[in-house]
Amino acid sequence: MRIISYIEAINEALTEEMRRDDNVFVLGEDVGKKGGVFRATDGLYAEFGEQRVLDTPLSESAIAGVAVGAAMYGMKPVAEMQFADFIMPAVNQIVSEAAKMRYRSNNDWSCPLVIRAPFGGGVHGGLYHSQSVEALFANQPGLKIVIPSNPADAKGLLKAAIRDPDPVLYFEHKKAYRLLKGEVPVDDYIVPIGKADIKRQGDDLTVITYGLMVEETLKVAQQLQEENGISTHVLDLRTIYPLDQQSIIEAAQHTGKVLLLTEDNKEGSIIGEVAAIIAEHCLFDLDAPIARLAAPDAPSMPYAQSLEKDFMVTADQIEEAIIKLAEF
Amino acid sequence: MTISHKEHNISDELATDMYYSMLRARRVDERLWLLNRSGKIPFVISCQGQEAAQVGAAFALDLTQDYIAPYYRDLGLVLQAGMSVKDIMLNAFAKGEDPNSGGRQMQAHWSHKQLRILSGSSPVTTQVVHAAGVALAGKMTQKNFYTFVTLGEGSSNQGDFHEGLNFIGVHQLPVITMVENNQYAISTPYDRQVASPTVAQRAGSYNMPGVVVDGTDPLAVYIEVKKARLSNKPALIEALCSRLTPHSSDDDHRVYRSSEELQSDKDKDGLHHYELYLRNEGLLTDARIEEMEAQLKVEINEATNYADQAPYASLEHNLRYVYAEEETS
Repeated sequence: MRIISYIEAINEALTEEMRRDDNVFVLGEDVGKKGGVFRATDGLYAEFGEQRVLDTPLSESAIAGVAVGAAMYGMKPVAEMQFADFIMPAVNQIVSEAAKMRYRSNNDWSCPLVIRAPFGGGVHGGLYHSQSVEALFANQPGLKIVIPSNPADAKGLLKAAIRDPDPVLYFEHKKAYRLLKGEVPVDDYIVPIGKADIKRQGDDLTVITYGLMVEETLKVAQQLQEENGISTHVLDLRTIYPLDQQSIIEAAQHTGKVLLLTEDNKEGSIIGEVAAIIAEHCLFDLDAPIARLAAPDAPSMPYAQSLEKDFMVTADQIEEAIIKLAEF
Repeated sequence: MTISHKEHNISDELATDMYYSMLRARRVDERLWLLNRSGKIPFVISCQGQEAAQVGAAFALDLTQDYIAPYYRDLGLVLQAGMSVKDIMLNAFAKGEDPNSGGRQMQAHWSHKQLRILSGSSPVTTQVVHAAGVALAGKMTQKNFYTFVTLGEGSSNQGDFHEGLNFIGVHQLPVITMVENNQYAISTPYDRQVASPTVAQRAGSYNMPGVVVDGTDPLAVYIEVKKARLSNKPALIEALCSRLTPHSSDDDHRVYRSSEELQSDKDKDGLHHYELYLRNEGLLTDARIEEMEAQLKVEINEATNYADQAPYASLEHNLRYVYAEEETS
């Protein structure tokens, strides 16, 4: 199998889905000739033309709302928010319109769109190019939210999102774009939405996380296995709404010790819901209190290198949290 | 009424049909208020005073293919677009058979896929960008339909109005946006809502024509919408109307409108003036109107009784369709 980067995997998924289905089109700011500010849509304009790779006005509510209208008509729009931080003007369209379309019309209308948005910190992006915004959308029935942690999942989840009959928010970690490389199948495949994935088998404790924190955790887990003999089980949520409750429960029961990890601000984040699921279903299988590691509850995240580093969840913190839990 | 239907090649039959359509919307709307005040239905939001604009526009569209993104006052529009009085009553009674939402949404949140009526929500003006999306999709698939979207003048201050019309203007999409300016956004009058003398002049920013039209005259609105529809380009039409009822059944407009103003609006009622016009033209007589009224009474009574008796959606059904369901064969 060949090795490609996370952003190449995203680009491949878009290209292949646009070839497969004429109704798939891309719209967003600078997605056309420029190929996106991160070049996620590179080459699409040349292959599919202006109509299917549409540069929109700087107008996020219109990007989402036009996608809603086109999806209602029967197209499969893939809208790009240039940064997840800029999704806020589109929240009304996503939450009040896209998420509720099927339910409110009693299954008459539907809204099969994808909204892609680069999220996450560690790229000197300051407050408005670093945020994790997924929790804002993670209590909206009707929406699905996926966050891939490696190139293979990035491609398979994006293909699944595009083929999904309902609106999917696809948050891609911008630091992962060129940092993460991995084996990606050449043949057509999807990664099913709604299924978490065990990324590492282990017996001493379980880490449940998603996004770029998966890669960080896997590196630490490997090192701790070699140096301390700690065996870490790692569950990647992949779909963070609605959560794969069964996989969460099984992963927690498997070791009886759980560390929940996110780079989002701690209070109100996705992992709070994961903790609730565990507490509700398998509290008596636990050998230690549920542990959480997350960013501080301050607006994400300062620009200066030293301040940003202080803000982020680091490998050292993950290592410390794992050792503490293993020794409990 | 200054426009002559004959001078605009509008047939006598069409002119009379428009009257019947306006009268139908008015009588249905009046029944909804009666039902609300007698405790039968929880809520009403009205079209009264705006029928002429809605019906005039509806007759100018090609309802066999055009898409409609209405707002909550558009009873006259959706009736003409093919929703039945029974559908309207099922919606008002929030019964399971309601084609708009099966009793899920409040009254007048119109939706009907088969009739190409886009589902709407309560946050206003979100439909303008949906209309842009439908029109864009039509352009991409090389279809010739128009998309017709309506809203109130208060809503024209929302960001989606600007974002939507700008998008429509940039891509010169075949969308007619009709602002039904009834002078009030609940209690706040036009001069506390909109900085410009007209909403129509905002069209200048969006590279499309903007016209103000007498929204109490169905012929005037028909002519403008028809013209826009033949242009193959976008247009913004501001139809000046008045709101003859409170904002909704939960409002009392006497708190913020003088009795003189209410009387003056009533005097300008388009339904009444259009009736007089058609009488002068010899197209309406007492006998013809009585016939229409009798026919409507039967239709509305039957629809009301049906909806009143109809069951609510089953509770087992209540949590369905959050997401697509697997096809069961």
